[in-house]
Parts: sequence; structure tokens; C-alpha cells
Amino acid sequence: MSGAQRLPDWTGGEPAIVYQHCAACGHVQYFQRKFCSACGIPEPAAKKANGKGVVYATSLVMRAATPETKAHVPYNIVLVDTAEGFRMMAHGDRDLVIGDTVAVRFERFTDRIIPVFQKESEAP
Amino acid sequence: MSFITGVGLTAYGRHEGKSTLDLMSEAASLAIADAGLTRGEIDGILCGYSTVMPHIMLATVFAEHFGIRPAYCHAVQVGGATGLAMMMLAHHVADAGLARHVLVVGGENRLTGQSRDASIQALAQVGHPVYEVPLGPTIPAYYGLVASRYMHEFGVTEEDLAEFAVLMRANAATHPGAQFHDLITIADVMASKPVASPLKLLDCCPVSDGGAALVISREPTGDAAVRIAGCAQAHTHQHVTMIPAFDDMGAAISLGRAKAASGMDVGDVRYAGIYDSFTITLAMLLEELGLAARGEAAAMMRAGHFSRDGALPLNTHGGLLSYGHCGVGGAMAHAVETYLQMTGHAGTRQVRDASVALLHGDGGVLSSHVSMFLERVR
Repeated sequence: MSGAQRLPDWTGGEPAIVYQHCAACGHVQYFQRKFCSACGIPEPAAKKANGKGVVYATSLVMRAATPETKAHVPYNIVLVDTAEGFRMMAHGDRDLVIGDTVAVRFERFTDRIIPVFQKESEAP
Repeated sequence: MSFITGVGLTAYGRHEGKSTLDLMSEAASLAIADAGLTRGEIDGILCGYSTVMPHIMLATVFAEHFGIRPAYCHAVQVGGATGLAMMMLAHHVADAGLARHVLVVGGENRLTGQSRDASIQALAQVGHPVYEVPLGPTIPAYYGLVASRYMHEFGVTEEDLAEFAVLMRANAATHPGAQFHDLITIADVMASKPVASPLKLLDCCPVSDGGAALVISREPTGDAAVRIAGCAQAHTHQHVTMIPAFDDMGAAISLGRAKAASGMDVGDVRYAGIYDSFTITLAMLLEELGLAARGEAAAMMRAGHFSRDGALPLNTHGGLLSYGHCGVGGAMAHAVETYLQMTGHAGTRQVRDASVALLHGDGGVLSSHVSMFLERVR
């Protein structure tokens, strides 16, 4: 039953990115579910991502809607295609452009820990 | 078969003191009168939702308020695509004989009924509650992401996008009901306040109060007859994180199905009502739908192709960008304007030929699509 195990990740306050891999069809998914969204087989295995990827899209937010997020403006929202083959939303450094290879760090945003991508060449 | 038999549209902008039901009722009364019907003859009602007035049974709330006891009645929710999805359903309801005259109605006091922050926050919830919303995105940011990628892949520039805002404003300037009438330039759009790059304030539709309604009937009720020739949908994802590649997006899939349902093609189209929540939405949809080649929509716009006297006039009321956006009613204004153009009732905005029209709407982040071909048959 190791597949049913839920690894802690940033959505629960842990500095990690977790995804699921289906042993039956090979599908990877980022939004966790109790089944594979491609073939329906239950309990895909939870795995920790290595935090590396390529920038797919970026948008620098200058106008936020809540008092908590307004305190952080401007912040860069990015979509990253990860090394493991899924796409995810995160924050990114202001200098990122589409196609940059990136690595993740974790920072505080409002009352949470969130993934922030930076150029891989600048990663510690 | 089904026909659009009447339309109603309020001005968009500020309607201080009016409720969601007030605005829906105003538009409904106009549409029923336009169809030459009495409210007792309406036996079907479809409505959308209101972020200001959330309710699990808005359609029956409206029916009771308005004074109708319909045979068929419920709400529909597909974000910005709701208006066209309701028209599609009304077409099938009328065609199946479940009702003779279906009232499709949307309206909301979105501007004066809540704060702008509350509107932005409510809409941002179309994002994933666990994997997206905690990162602080807004609807403009979702579309900003899409824009950044589209511009990267197809060489579209911010100045190109600005063209769409300028044309929608020029169109709105000729419609007394539009929220904005002051003409703008490319430079104005470029200098407007950054919202979520690459989108600036004038790349984004406003928040509005307003109401819109259409009556869709089994048979024509008057001299004019605009037939719903065929319509279809496509739903590829909900969240921007899951958006498919640009060669596999919902607009083209939905259009393909609508072509099959109607027997019509894009080459037949003389007038278009295309969803324009942001300049990037309009640019992408025109290109996805084959009304312009990839990366070419802005150049065609500069050449006058989409102007009122051009080859394919577009959103002559000013679109969401400048007529306004009150939620469900937003894209219904495109349908109302299309009907007026097709029946020769667009007054000073009248185009030469609107015998065949294409409507297209999207909801979410290019998530849900509805395409509809309309044909004037007399």
C-alpha cells in the first residue's frame, strides 16, 4: 500500500514538491488524487520531485486582490515544466524568461511556504 | 430548428442601487417585448449565476420574481461561456419541443454590488484551491501566463495586443450603452497601469453592472428570422496549469464540432462575436478559430479587416473590453449585437452584410468553449 502514502509537500507547509506516478500506464500528475487521471487505476505512487525544470510561462503580478497578497506585490507567477514531466505553478525570480532552466527554493508568502524558482546557474 | 426571436440589453457600467434581479428583469422585459410576446408565453427559462447573489436555484428565484411559471427552468454555470452555453441549451430545448419560447437571461450588479477587490478575489477562485490560489494569482495573471507563452511562440507583441483594445473602444464609442466612450490609442494602452504582465489595465475588460437576455423559439415570431444553424462545445481542462498545447486547444475543437453540426464553415461567416475578456483572449481566439492565421490577427486588424466596414466586422458594440463585462451577461451582449446586425437593426453601427455570423465564448482560462453559427433565413 505504499502507493496510498501521501508525502508532505509545500501545500501542507513542507519545503518539497510532490507528484504522483502511475506504475500501470506511466502517467505523472501534479494535482494529487486517489487514482490516476489517465487510466483510473487507484493509488498512484507519491514521489518527491527534484525541483528542477524549464520555465513555460511567466506573469508579473502588479495588482493583487487581498491585503495579504498586496503586501508582496510585485511577484512573479510562473509555470514550470518539471524534470519529471508535469507542469506546475509557482513563483519565480523577476529575471526569469521562458525557456530558462531553473531550480526551486522555498520562501514565505502570506502565511505559507511556497516554491520559488530561480535560474539553475544561480542555485546554491 | 430554433430561432432567436427577441433580444434585450441594458447599458453596461454603473447601475447604482439596482440588484441582480432588477438587471435580469429589465433585460428580460426588453427581450420579450422585442420578440412580440407576452411574459405568459415564455415557457422556458435559463439563467446563469451572480457572484453578488449566490443561490442554488437562481433560475426559479428569477422566475418567481419575474412572474413566470415555466415548464422548463434551471441555471447553467460555465464561467464566461455561460451565455452561449445557455443559448445552445435553449436551442436544443426548443428543438426537442420541451418549450416553445425559452428566455435566456443574465445580469449582475457586479460593479456597485461589491468591492472591486471582492470581484477580483471571487473570480480568482477558478484557480486550483490547493496548487494555484495560495500563490496569489488573479484572473489577469492566469491570462498573463497564457499571453506570455503565446507571444513567445508566435511573435506577437504588446503593441499587437493593444490594437484589439483600440478597436473595441472605437466600436464602443458608437454605442450609447457602452461603459466607455473615450477613444484610446496604442500609446494609451501601452502607458496604462501594469496589472499582470504582459497585460496592462487597458488590455483587461472592466467590471460592470448590466443585464442581457434573448428569447429562443421553435418558430420565428416576427418578420425577421435568425436561425441557430449549429453549435457545439469543448472542455479541455479547468486550471491554467493543465492548459493543453496551442495546437490542441478547445476553441478549434469546439469550432470543428459546430461546423459539423451546422454544415457551415468559417469562410461563410460575415460577422463575428468573439469573447474578449482580455486583448490576448481575442487575439488567440481569432487565430484559433481560423479567422486569422497564427500571429496575424493584429496585422489584419491594422489593415481594417475587422473594422465595421471591413471584410469581417467584429464585436461592433465594443465587446467585453469596452461595452463592459457583468459576468454571465458579458458575452450575451455579443449575441444581442450580432442579432441586431443580422436583422438590420444596428442603426449607425449597421454593417453591410451580417447574413451568417459566428459566436464564440470561453470560460475559465480558455477552459470551456462554445461555438455557434447563426444564419439569417428571412
